[in-house]
Amino acid sequence: MHDSVYILGRKWNLVLDRKLKHRFANLLFASVVGVIATIVVSAAWRSPRKFGESPPLAVAQSPQNRPGQSSKNRPGRAPFLVTVNQPLGPPMIELVGTDPQGRSGSVACSTCHSVRPADLSNRTPETLDEFHRGLTVDHGKIACYACHHLENADALRLADGTTVEYENVMTLCSQCHGPQATAFAHGAHGGMNGHWDLSRGPQHKNNCIDCHDPHSPSYPKMIVGFKPRDRFLDSAHAPSNETRDSTPSETTDDAH
Amino acid sequence: MTHTEDPPRQPSLPIVENLSRRAAVKGGFATLGAAAFVAAISPLRHAAKNSSAAEFMQQHYKELSPEGKAAVIARLESEAKENYGAEVTIADDRPIPGTKFVYAINLSVCNGNGKCVEACHKENNHDRSTNQSYIRVIEMPKGTMDMEQGTTTYTGAVPKDDKFYLPVQCQQCDEPPCVDVCPVKATWKEEDGIVVVDYNWCIGCRYCEAACPYHARRFNWKQPEVPAEQVNPDQSYLSNRIRPAGVVEKCTYCLHRTRRGKLPACLEACPTGARVFGNILDPQSSIRWILENKRVYILKEELGTKPAFFYYFD
Repeated sequence: MHDSVYILGRKWNLVLDRKLKHRFANLLFASVVGVIATIVVSAAWRSPRKFGESPPLAVAQSPQNRPGQSSKNRPGRAPFLVTVNQPLGPPMIELVGTDPQGRSGSVACSTCHSVRPADLSNRTPETLDEFHRGLTVDHGKIACYACHHLENADALRLADGTTVEYENVMTLCSQCHGPQATAFAHGAHGGMNGHWDLSRGPQHKNNCIDCHDPHSPSYPKMIVGFKPRDRFLDSAHAPSNETRDSTPSETTDDAH
Repeated sequence: MTHTEDPPRQPSLPIVENLSRRAAVKGGFATLGAAAFVAAISPLRHAAKNSSAAEFMQQHYKELSPEGKAAVIARLESEAKENYGAEVTIADDRPIPGTKFVYAINLSVCNGNGKCVEACHKENNHDRSTNQSYIRVIEMPKGTMDMEQGTTTYTGAVPKDDKFYLPVQCQQCDEPPCVDVCPVKATWKEEDGIVVVDYNWCIGCRYCEAACPYHARRFNWKQPEVPAEQVNPDQSYLSNRIRPAGVVEKCTYCLHRTRRGKLPACLEACPTGARVFGNILDPQSSIRWILENKRVYILKEELGTKPAFFYYFD
């Protein structure tokens, strides 16, 4: 009984039975392969039909893609613009101290320098006097007339001597601060407000000297004002830490 | 045929006959049981008193018809008027087709001044007494990205020389663990990538708060207190409308602003310009340029949450 079995009305001995098993396994494998092949072939056959409306090759698409896409994003509407803040000229200098009436104020550079020639021997803040006494100059090793115009005190000059109006101060800064200028152009440097989507509204950006004092350009330190009261940071849970111990207890008086 | 002659005697009044001790005890326990039942459901009666029947019966946001949404929004607006004395408009801002919102922060520039935290607090109608906000700025020692070594309670002048500052808010993950754990599907990810909460469907179990590796979710321990004149009236159902007590809330990239094309409030408030926001599907966007050209880092990458929030260095 062990070496023969009846299937489909025929008698198979064990050797044939093993062959039959192999045949079934082969049949099963072939059918699975066939089904997968059918799916792949049908998908491949359908896909050009599905996406065939647009040019089939990404390579052919890419040169025309960008302008086409941007116009698609803003259908039939003139896109709003990104405006960059422009400083109001002319350049001014803060007066040091107060007058006898106790007033302080600022004057334009040209108030004096239209009649009084600049002293080119002044290269560092130490030798500056009179109106410049309150001025902190901490901008690398550059001297005043690296940026200010020698003849026109209300304007600026590029390294090659070209005159630049005060409003276009960013052109001047960009001579040296190229990476920052590139990042700025791509929205990765400098503050902004308004809209991210220029089809719905404009965007407004700061210029360099809105945030950086050109005479002392490193961003000033700020005082932290607003603090959330985190209920997990009350004294019972907070790990003892020098900074925490020295902070006023107002951050830890949470009622929860 | 004997019973016709002797019919059962019907008493004219339902008098208690032969009140046995057993019956009295039964009756006593039945009364006690009824009283216990009433006491047990009394919280339900209080709940019904506190919230309107309409709120109790409200459907999940995704199952609301347009008319249903309009009715819900009208009710919420009148509740804001009643409870806060503020005239608010609650919109139902939907994702803009073809957008996927992504945020980036320049860690070389951020100085930890916390203006973003404050802007979020005001924009999103957070509870004034707790200074609640969706943003936490961590002061970190230089040379590590281990958030355990940071502190959020720093004060005084910033930036400190040996520190850098890491603002953390909801990362709008593409694989959000908070969404996976919600037992009632009160939170989900929308087409533009923003993970939102239906504050009226949330049961306040706080699983999501525990699941979030960025501590980005907040729980409303009490009804938020916001003075009428400080309420931001530009609201959205899934965003900055005043949330009820006992629900979880989170950053939505200010979807009531960003889905109308505007920049998020925290970005506009940043005095250092460290924050960048945009649509990653737009090849011309600033965010795309940053991802393609800067050294970009994501928080806790090893967890596989796939954040839509990037940190970069100059």
